[in-house]
Amino acid sequence: MNRLAGAICTIFAAASIGTWAQFETSTSRTTVQEIERYREALADGNPAELWEARGEALWKEKRGPKGATLEQCDLGRGPGVVKGAYAQLPKYFADTNKVEDLESRLVTCMVTLQGFTPEQAKKDPFGGPGKKSNIEALVAYVTAASRGAPMNVSITHPREEEAYEIGKRIFFHRGGPHDFSCASCHGLDNQRIRLQDLPNLTRTADAQRAYTSWPAYRVSQGEVRSFQWRLYDCFRQQRFPELEFTSDASVALTMFLAKNANGGVFNAPSIKR
Amino acid sequence: MSDPMKIRATMAGDKVEVKVLMSHEMETGQRKDSKGATVPAWFIQNVTATHNGKTVLSAEWGPAVSKNPFLSFRFAGGKPGDKVIITWTDNKGDKRTDEATIS
Amino acid sequence: MNKGRRDVLKGAGGTAVLGLALAAGLFRSGGARADWNKAAFETKSLSDAVKAMGGGAPVESKDIVITSPDIAENGAVVPFTIASKLPKTASIAILVEKNPNILAADFQFPDGTEPWVNTRVKMGQTSNVIALVKADGKFYYASKEVKVTLGGCGG
Repeated sequence: MNRLAGAICTIFAAASIGTWAQFETSTSRTTVQEIERYREALADGNPAELWEARGEALWKEKRGPKGATLEQCDLGRGPGVVKGAYAQLPKYFADTNKVEDLESRLVTCMVTLQGFTPEQAKKDPFGGPGKKSNIEALVAYVTAASRGAPMNVSITHPREEEAYEIGKRIFFHRGGPHDFSCASCHGLDNQRIRLQDLPNLTRTADAQRAYTSWPAYRVSQGEVRSFQWRLYDCFRQQRFPELEFTSDASVALTMFLAKNANGGVFNAPSIKR
Repeated sequence: MSDPMKIRATMAGDKVEVKVLMSHEMETGQRKDSKGATVPAWFIQNVTATHNGKTVLSAEWGPAVSKNPFLSFRFAGGKPGDKVIITWTDNKGDKRTDEATIS
Repeated sequence: MNKGRRDVLKGAGGTAVLGLALAAGLFRSGGARADWNKAAFETKSLSDAVKAMGGGAPVESKDIVITSPDIAENGAVVPFTIASKLPKTASIAILVEKNPNILAADFQFPDGTEPWVNTRVKMGQTSNVIALVKADGKFYYASKEVKVTLGGCGG
């Protein structure tokens, strides 16, 4: 999307927030229903399955200088246990002495098991035309194995609790040229940008619904997008500095949002606009 | 080297319902890249589905078919255990064939 | 290899091989293959598309059912199910009126295959979508307007 359009959209969005709620009419409710029909019509035949298949192949393929697969990667439920792992991430890991989300844990495994450098492991985190992302494929594969599991992120370890608190601070922190915070769009009820109903992520039901739908095949992107991408793109749209892939800040914000979604039934990779 | 299709073939009453997901960019030839150059058209032109050697569907596509195409159709005369074979060919001459067993 | 065959090959020279190669689609001249109707895929109107498919003016028919959402959250992927109740339906084509080229896809249904298809096409903007059916040698159509929006901040 070009920068001018983005700037215009941001200004439009800023003007719309908080004032839209007054203009709910029967027309817009019908519109909402039609959008729901559109989403349902796409649910069967989700191209994300193609990423899941590629991710499974990458998980089982001998790669890197050590010529090893990822089948011994510990995602928090023991080496190689993929089922249900995503529903418990982010999580503190003793071997790295830090809280890691799925993407950072995959990078850790690619480095320690397969011998890649961190730069090689983090290369091309987001796919694009003519450029495939291995990380997105692996995310699709691993998250699919948590489908149906209730979100169950713990913050018992002091590092986990710390990550949650830092994530909360980030969520409410206003900054950037438009003085936005995540909460500007996602901290109030009945907000909307164009046709997008914005979930209020400080409310449990909305938080559950939103978090459990990522990763998603975004038809407008033509790619499966991970949660790291979702946060990166929000930062971009707020005109914040770039959110570095698998940075502590990104993991902390993920921790805050994932833990708030606890109890919600995970149902991804999904398909979205 | 293209990625495999995902094909599901199930019995729906006395018909076989086939659902196919193909991996393909389906470039329209209208898009410009970040340097302003037009990205050339690259899309699936022909799709054929066969069962027991008989064509059960054929299609000609243009680049307006969505990226990572999804296709579903129904035919009679198949039963569980039979194979359905799908082939696509694109405008560069690339070809891909995958099959699924009717469940 | 028997002598007769060898002679045939020598006699025909390169021409026979060339003919075989063309038929096998090995020559890619901008997609001009025998099994892909290039002319039809370059038309801009329903009447031109039907002409390119070898037909005359199509007749509107209530026996063609287009099922789709009325609004697409993104024009890149718009789902359609098209069913024809017309006897001897041989093909169903999907046309998007306001696209740069009107014809998106054309499906052929041999005997035994239900004249029914579910697929997804790109729509550049709000437009009428036309299902064009060839049944018993004649062309019929149905039309439906689908609104295309862009969600969120466009990303």
